Amino acid sequence: MRIAIVDQNSSRAAVIREGLGAFGDCELFVLTERHGLVARIGEIAPDVVLMDLGNPSRDVLEEYFAVSRAVARPIAMFVDSSDEDSIAASIDAGISAYVVDGLAAQRIRPLLDLAVRRFQAFARLQADLDEAKGKLAEREAIDKAKRILMKSRTLTEPEAYAELRRKAMQSNRRIADIAEAVVTAHELLGDGE
Amino acid sequence: MSERLTIGFLPLVDACLPILAAEHGFAAHEGLELDFVRDVSWATVLDRLLYGHTDAAHLIAPLAIATTLGRGRPAEPLSAPFVLGLNGNAITFTTALADAVGAPVGRLGDPRAIGRALAALAAERRAAGQRLRFGVVHRYSSHNYMLRYWLAACGIAPDHDVEIVTIAPPFAADAIETGEIDGTCVGEPWNSVAVDRGVGRIVLATAQIWRRGVEKVLAMRTARLEERRPAVASLIRAMRLAGEHFVDPANWRANAAILASAKYLDADPQLVLRAISDRLVLSKGQSPIDYPDFMFQYREAANFPWVSQAEWLYSQMVRWDGSAFDSADAALAARVFRPDVYRSALTGTGDQLPGASSKVEGSLKRETAVTAQQGAMVLGGNAFFDGAAFDPDDLEGYLERQINAAVQK
Repeated sequence: MRIAIVDQNSSRAAVIREGLGAFGDCELFVLTERHGLVARIGEIAPDVVLMDLGNPSRDVLEEYFAVSRAVARPIAMFVDSSDEDSIAASIDAGISAYVVDGLAAQRIRPLLDLAVRRFQAFARLQADLDEAKGKLAEREAIDKAKRILMKSRTLTEPEAYAELRRKAMQSNRRIADIAEAVVTAHELLGDGE
Repeated sequence: MSERLTIGFLPLVDACLPILAAEHGFAAHEGLELDFVRDVSWATVLDRLLYGHTDAAHLIAPLAIATTLGRGRPAEPLSAPFVLGLNGNAITFTTALADAVGAPVGRLGDPRAIGRALAALAAERRAAGQRLRFGVVHRYSSHNYMLRYWLAACGIAPDHDVEIVTIAPPFAADAIETGEIDGTCVGEPWNSVAVDRGVGRIVLATAQIWRRGVEKVLAMRTARLEERRPAVASLIRAMRLAGEHFVDPANWRANAAILASAKYLDADPQLVLRAISDRLVLSKGQSPIDYPDFMFQYREAANFPWVSQAEWLYSQMVRWDGSAFDSADAALAARVFRPDVYRSALTGTGDQLPGASSKVEGSLKRETAVTAQQGAMVLGGNAFFDGAAFDPDDLEGYLERQINAAVQK
């Protein structure tokens, strides 16, 4: 079975490719470039095309499938609506699948399920990364706020931190939010150092 | 109790009415909360609508009809209770092609004159085995139908004399720049993006092809529409108020800034402003020209879903898909547009409602008074550039004439 993975995000494409590698009889092709996409798909003549829902080239590819004279042209999974749950799960995960007509559903299902799981795993990784980045930014804001307080009110570092914490508890907000407010206020009112 | 609707959209200026209905509080005033989901392809906007991620969508009108008729996927009945606007698209050529067909600099071209020059050039290019190639945003878009209507009426056979391919709007300017296509019919701000990059010139506005051409609709699954009728009525009222706000010159700048923000179009507010104010810059470095009704979002009950508009779109679907006319399909297509829902939402609000639900499209050469539900209202000229009119009672005859004209050529 020839499977084309079309994704502008090359790391996500790699994660899916790696997962689908578990299926012994699959030949995998990863396409991340918009240019020449349709011609490339024509050459590969895939049985299955997996494409992320956020890909702007979906309309282009669907148009190609609609007018292609190839005998075995993939059609949207939705055409076979016998497996609603599976399709709904893939839409939720953010994947669309195009499958050559006649390919048995029992062969496609595990493949799609796996792609969905890989997609979800990637989304979780992305979320973790975003959270880590957010934490880092918060840490920086707190450090900055401490320095502002140390300088403007001649406090020691532990005192400055205690001050931020006291204010946070008092106003029922997070220390990071208080720090953010201190930094912003300083930028607006302070000497803009 | 507050109702909530989620609306899918593509980052285009004509997604303006639901967005402004939310941003200016018109929806909240109706007790309606709106959430938005932005996507980058019509296929995904449609998938989210069909699988319930969204309740309603900003959608190219022919795609709502194609989905109802089951073209390309299992049929799923959609309803369009509100037309989001008329026209607002343009045809941009590469600088080389614009020069080659003698498109004037500093003003929009004449569709007949450009068409004549283009016909000669297209024949040359075809003979040389290098057909001109044009990009449209989707097979089932009014962009595709308007471009084809214009070409065919100028004696150019789409798919034979020239090639028409699908290009996602965000890539239209790229494709013009690289010469992947020679021209495109696309919505704003994407024509202006190509102009600003200095790679193409706007040669025509689609409003020159059909003065009051139907463009995007608000589409819903018919079942969902019936479940959510009160919320839909609130949304329609809120979007009419948003339309009134949108066309007021005093609000142009503020609305351009809202629409251009990262949350919605994520575009340059100056480019968005051009479409909103009907003032387009046609080629880089030129001053803007004023082309009234480039976008048409409010006056003359512009949002009323005329059944005859759906029927015209169906006629073009038959014409260009090469399928046979089918009276049952025609009836299904006609029912996609829902003037009944529009009327019931606005009855008693003092808003203008046409007396009829269908009209002969393209029959008005100038402003004409027509019957309204109460009193009269005025409709502006709505002609097609070739002077043909579409009488929905003679859909088959209209199609026959178009197909015969192509054969005789």
